[in-house]
Amino acid sequence: MSLRKPAKNQPDNFEFNPSSLEEAKNIIAKYPTGKQQSAVMALLYIAQKQNDNWIPLAAMKYIAKFLEMPYIKVYEVATFYSMYNLSPVGKYFVQVCTTTPCMIRGANKLVEACKEKISENESELSNDKSCSWMEVECLGACVNAPMMQINDDYFEDLDKEKTLEILDKILNGEKPMPGSYRGRVNNEPENNRKTLMDLKNA
Amino acid sequence: MLKDQDRIFQNLYNDLGPDLNSSQKRGDWVNTKEITSKGRDWIINEIKESQLRGRGGAGFPTGLKWSFAPKEVGSRPHYLVINGDESEPGTCKDRDILRFEPHKLIEGCLIASFAVQAHVCYIYIRGEYFIDGQKLQAAINEAYKKKLLGKNAAGTGWDLDIYIHYGAGAYICGEETALLESIEGKKGQPRLKPPFPALIGLYGCPTIINNVETIAVVPTILRRGGKWFASLGREKNTGTKIFCISGNVNNPCNVEEEMNIPLKELIEVHAGGVIGGWDNLQAVIPGGSSMPLIPKEKCETLTMDFDSLVAEKSGLGTAGVVVINKDQDIIKCMARIARFYKHESCGQCTPCREGSGWMWRMLERMAKGEASKDEIEMLGDVTKQIEGHTICAFGEGSSWPVQGLLRHFKDEIKKRNKFDPIIKENKNIPYLVDQHLLDKNA
Repeated sequence: MSLRKPAKNQPDNFEFNPSSLEEAKNIIAKYPTGKQQSAVMALLYIAQKQNDNWIPLAAMKYIAKFLEMPYIKVYEVATFYSMYNLSPVGKYFVQVCTTTPCMIRGANKLVEACKEKISENESELSNDKSCSWMEVECLGACVNAPMMQINDDYFEDLDKEKTLEILDKILNGEKPMPGSYRGRVNNEPENNRKTLMDLKNA
Repeated sequence: MLKDQDRIFQNLYNDLGPDLNSSQKRGDWVNTKEITSKGRDWIINEIKESQLRGRGGAGFPTGLKWSFAPKEVGSRPHYLVINGDESEPGTCKDRDILRFEPHKLIEGCLIASFAVQAHVCYIYIRGEYFIDGQKLQAAINEAYKKKLLGKNAAGTGWDLDIYIHYGAGAYICGEETALLESIEGKKGQPRLKPPFPALIGLYGCPTIINNVETIAVVPTILRRGGKWFASLGREKNTGTKIFCISGNVNNPCNVEEEMNIPLKELIEVHAGGVIGGWDNLQAVIPGGSSMPLIPKEKCETLTMDFDSLVAEKSGLGTAGVVVINKDQDIIKCMARIARFYKHESCGQCTPCREGSGWMWRMLERMAKGEASKDEIEMLGDVTKQIEGHTICAFGEGSSWPVQGLLRHFKDEIKKRNKFDPIIKENKNIPYLVDQHLLDKNA
């Protein structure tokens, strides 16, 4: 189990802004009447998006009221799932996969790059407070290993130099291109494709 | 090698485009109405005849699972839930289906919902696949627009709504009852079985849960016939499967192949061979990290299907093949997998919550050569105490890879960890856990 603690400095209040509110109502409509508790995961995401990538305790209380459920149940969910950030992670949140399939293809080099560019320790904000990094478990892009995720985007087939380039870009406030960094198309075997060739050449 | 026309996922590499028009060109949604008009018994029988086994890891016969749904809808509605919480290290097949073949999945949802009499279908996608989930959502919207979903979906007379539910980074939510808990807005902790979800599942209603790949192959099976699917592979291990070949190979890739394909062919032909040549191969994890590894000697002749891998005391699992060559430290690799399980244990059952941490710490020390001789047996003992003593299969999933390591690489561990337990050196160390044994000697 992972240990997850809320941040020390918490804002006093949180409320959904109008666009979040509309989004939340659409989400609740997906579930049967009386089962609005199902929407708690999606609503935590909405709160996280609205509040610069992290969820304050005030947001959990607000969501609990919103969904008519006990605050502790929201707190339980927010602390159980690892994608809810309980403390500030910056505008760009870099997650490096270091599970075995990525590890044996050199994920530790990506970690080195993050240590050089962002911060010495994981879950620590960079000097300009714009980003932070973290080692995470399998992100499900094993044939594109090693890879990392920045906010929602996957960056695949990396090595140390390319990671440094990407990190330079985000530190300068630019948005790097997601996808493979070895120029390969999706998950096909590079230069070695043996199947569905008619479609490729069509 | 499987013939191209027998490949179900023609757009696995996105040569054709995932949109509705291109999907229809390759045969999706063509005669959905005709299929459903043959009735639910025909559909379930055809799936039974195809001998399709679930693609999510356990390999449970899909037709049989569907037949567990109550025949009549009582006071409680039925639900269909699609498991797209793909988090098993080594596996990335569902992601390609979500982004490149969404219409196969959506059509499969309609047919499966019809077969199990569900009007609502939830697709559970892991939170990290947000972008791929958005692509699926776009395809769902497209289908609604063309009246392929909603009231009288695709002219079948069946009403169906599909909703996506995003997970949030919990591996355990791939376990079916944990997934249901998660959809209900709770912590993803597995439920006790029985009652099985087919009778009491989501919101206490009958629920059928299938993997993304299982549902996505259903329309093609029904179009080409269960017999066609059963003619591929071998008895009880039929059809095609997407294999994900990752790790130390020259061209890691996803490829759809026939079941029962030799492992060597997968690695040498499709993945461009092991880095450093076949002789540099050390071991292969054949089905995602939960499955015990297979040493090189057995890889020569191994065929990839459910039963032949069980015979090797491993399993096909999700068919995520992780190739490990001799440049890697095998103990370190397994220690990292143990760390994964320690991180992902939901914390509900004590043997798994505590044991997964023990295994990780012992393996870390063994990788550094800091463990004593008797700890090797002790590690095996710990795995046995986790396995079978937990609510869900996570206990097996976390202990099997360690057992696999002990089975095949015990000599390697012994070579590295030679020293005697401290107890034999007769030292008085106050913080030693087995202090009472020292006292007896005094």
